[in-house]
Amino acid sequence: MDKDINIKVRVWRQQGPKAKGHFETYKLENISGGTSFLEMLDILNEQLIREKQEPVVFDNDCREGICGMCSLYINGHPHGPDNLITTCQLHIRHFKDGETITVEPWRSAAFPVVRDLMVDRHAFDKIIQAGGYINVNTGGVPDANAIPISKLDADEAMDAASCIGCGACVAACKNGSAMLFVSAKVSQLALLPQGKIEAKARAKAMVKRMDELGFGNCTNTRACELECPKGVSISNIARLNRSFLGAKLSD
Amino acid sequence: MTKLEAKIPQGPLADKWTNYKDHQKLVNPANKRRLDVIVVGTGLAGASAAASLGELGFNVLNFCIQDSPRRAHSIAALGGINAAKNYQNDGDSVYRLFYDTIKGGDYRAREANVYRLAEVSNSIIDQCVAQGVPFAREYGGLLDNRSFGGAQVSRTFYAKGQTGQQLLLGAYSALSRQVEKGSVKLFTRYEMLDLVVIEGRARGIIARNLVTGKIERFAAHAVVIGSGGYGNAFFLSTNAMNSNGSAAMQCYRKGALFANPAFAQIHPTCIPVHGEFQSKLTLMSESLRNDGRIWVPKKLEDAKAIQAGTLKPTAIPEEDRDYYLERRYPAFGNLVPRDVASRAAKERCDAGFGVNNTGLAVYLDFSAAIQRLGLKTVEARYGNLFQMYEKITDENPYETPMMIFPAIHYTMGGLWVDYELQTTVQGCFAIGEANFSDHGANRLGASALMQGLADGYFVLPYTIQNYLSDQIGVPRFSVERPEFEAAEKEIENKISKLMSIKGTRSVDTFHKALGHIMWNNVGMARTKESLEAALKEIQALKKEFWADVFIPGEPNTLNIELEKALRVADFFDIGELMALDGVNRNESCGGHFREEYQTPEGEALRDDEHYAYASCWKFEGEDKTPELVKEPLVYEFVERQQRNYKS
Ligand SMILES: Cc1cc2nc3c(=O)[nH]c(=O)nc-3n(C[C@H](O)[C@H](O)[C@H](O)COP(=O)(O)OP(=O)(O)OC[C@H]3O[C@@H](n4cnc5c(N)ncnc54)[C@H](O)[C@@H]3O)c2cc1C
Ligand code: SF4
Ligand code: FES
Repeated sequence: MDKDINIKVRVWRQQGPKAKGHFETYKLENISGGTSFLEMLDILNEQLIREKQEPVVFDNDCREGICGMCSLYINGHPHGPDNLITTCQLHIRHFKDGETITVEPWRSAAFPVVRDLMVDRHAFDKIIQAGGYINVNTGGVPDANAIPISKLDADEAMDAASCIGCGACVAACKNGSAMLFVSAKVSQLALLPQGKIEAKARAKAMVKRMDELGFGNCTNTRACELECPKGVSISNIARLNRSFLGAKLSD
Repeated sequence: MTKLEAKIPQGPLADKWTNYKDHQKLVNPANKRRLDVIVVGTGLAGASAAASLGELGFNVLNFCIQDSPRRAHSIAALGGINAAKNYQNDGDSVYRLFYDTIKGGDYRAREANVYRLAEVSNSIIDQCVAQGVPFAREYGGLLDNRSFGGAQVSRTFYAKGQTGQQLLLGAYSALSRQVEKGSVKLFTRYEMLDLVVIEGRARGIIARNLVTGKIERFAAHAVVIGSGGYGNAFFLSTNAMNSNGSAAMQCYRKGALFANPAFAQIHPTCIPVHGEFQSKLTLMSESLRNDGRIWVPKKLEDAKAIQAGTLKPTAIPEEDRDYYLERRYPAFGNLVPRDVASRAAKERCDAGFGVNNTGLAVYLDFSAAIQRLGLKTVEARYGNLFQMYEKITDENPYETPMMIFPAIHYTMGGLWVDYELQTTVQGCFAIGEANFSDHGANRLGASALMQGLADGYFVLPYTIQNYLSDQIGVPRFSVERPEFEAAEKEIENKISKLMSIKGTRSVDTFHKALGHIMWNNVGMARTKESLEAALKEIQALKKEFWADVFIPGEPNTLNIELEKALRVADFFDIGELMALDGVNRNESCGGHFREEYQTPEGEALRDDEHYAYASCWKFEGEDKTPELVKEPLVYEFVERQQRNYKS
């Protein structure tokens, strides 16, 4: 059975993108181990509202690890200390009684803080808009089984496609690179016959947009892969470099 | 008296949609550019509609609450999407999918709409594959299928346990392509707060920029609502935290009828409630019922020992387990429709056989499947779900059975729409879960994704043109018109009223209180008394809310408490509508189970003579009882029967 614990949370508070931020420390008592991390923040906010203070702002929606809305740097790790989960799937049972937990927003030039722990990740949408799709219109497409796809390729495409666009990879990277995110989309589509045709042009357009948006360069630190809640593999980055970016030199 | 015109095309069932498309009016390419369409929502319905309308050449304004369209609640759908491809050669057909959906909905849906849905289902799969959706495949390279509740064929396409995610990312990519081309403009972190009606037609919306707090006006030739369902009226549900029913309520207050609000679905396989600070419930996909067997102890003393924590489920021998679904419904077994499975779980728990320390759970056991298929296969099929379960509960479902309990999941009710998906306000359309149409009184698994994408990709892009073709002469409206002015003023008043209450309780405490009322009185088993009690209690709670809620901060900036308050204010009204509709419907059908109306075996007892209609509610003013308008559901092609999942 889960135990109740007492904790302190040291939370980053910042009024707006240009405002100066600071840490505030709050005490929380008798939090059950089965409480999720975001429910713990709900409890904190309930406490703050009772004291007529403004709640801590943080992004969240599905609370099931799939929408990619939640973020948070917890004790120095994007999505907290546990592996292969998002912040909303983290539970208090991973923390010790009496522990002080530090909670910060994603810190990256491409993701400015909106308020407190909420950041602006529009840059990711812009990268997808640059070419993260197959150019087909609605209707008039062939039967779904017209082109068989090997199970291996389909499964590999699915693994790459499981990226939730949370931005942890960028936050984890000392260079603020978005290569894991970009390469996952490029790989997913390049692995499928439908997407292969435009693969090169797509990769170039997306990487170009990424560079324009102020993301840093990839120097293969692997921090992104370690912190990615969906286990997206850096072999995708290798594929992107090998198959597409090499081509940049040749044309 | 209001009369409803469903505009069902003439002709045999199988020809209606073709006939419609052959004769409808279209808008020529040059004119499309001059027509603006607002699409509220970027879920499967909204994103697919916005992308398709953009492709056609309309000028689209697309809104969502989240920071990116890709995060709409549809992303969380797990199990799959139905289509009548019959790739398995197991006897499936458009007619069978249509029939299963009508029957699953307990004969409370419109035949022509459901047939069209089944008809376009196959195109959806083609479309998604063309977009690069990585559906599961067999070793031969062809698409794989699984079975879902309420069907005897394998027609569900899936992408691991993340089907909604992959379908939404497909729609999002199509949408992103249009954004790049300039035909769709995105408004993320915006929330619609009102529908603007000019001379009887929908001409725009008022929305709040959630980052700046600024109230803004947007004009268009038509408004499409794809804002999802209202299950969060129950506070605890499987819906995302931001899911809400407000956009639908805004349209309702502006004259759109709200149909079948009482029809809500309770999903049988959710992780049980753990404590009072629980913020939402996690669904374990229905696909688990393919291989998992549901049981509770046969002996009351075993159940008591489990509740006390002194007995482990694995220690209960086979002969002392009650596989109650297999016992009661031999033909469908663990794959009975959701409403049937949910009620059967409640029945066992009410009788004292429930497990968990609360007694409010049943087992979903994979030991037989692991024996039969091997650990590897089970892991390949359900690995990510098992992982999710373990992360939440700290228990390993490979070793000990999962515990599940029903939770509110989906709302079949919604804005009334005709065959063209148009509400009773001209120029205002509703798609996806936000409308009421296709699932009757109960939705079958894997059919919501199908409906959302059918509406957005293949139905609305046609039907909206029948309306817009009359609008090409209408110039863009100025947002300075008095109708916009008045709508904005009204919202500003509402917001300042909320902010000025400065009471003592947070919005969440009210939302939770509402949730309790709903679950206890408007939940799985309802009675006239419980529904009437709910009406009284909701009214009292609503009064208290407007007298005692406390919203910190300022309105003209980012304010998450204000956002919640505006939604909860509407949830009270939705709750009332649900209860009101439930009282009116003196029968049991699908998700609407009135204890007074059941067969001796405890099955839902429909009353086709008196209730074979969609109950549509017309707003008559704040605190006035809405008018009930009936759309008779005439069955020309299918004979209504009592649903039978036993043989
Ligand atoms: C956990 C879970 C699993 C599911 N699994 C399946 C499954 O396997 N198969 C299946 O068929 N169905 C499944 N469903 C049901 C299905 O996911 C939903 O019914 C469907 O996705 C709804 O899609 P939608 O586009 O109508 O709305 P949503 O996806 O809910 O999207 C609503 C959109 O509207 C926006 N919005 C809402 N209000 C406003 C406003 N006022 N202003 C601006 N924007 C607004 C939101 O931001 C969002 O973009 C599942 C549901 C849940 C909860
Ligand atoms: S690659 Fe991983 S960390 Fe990066 S956005 Fe995708 S899911 Fe998040
Ligand atoms: S809230 Fe959706 S992934 Fe965490």
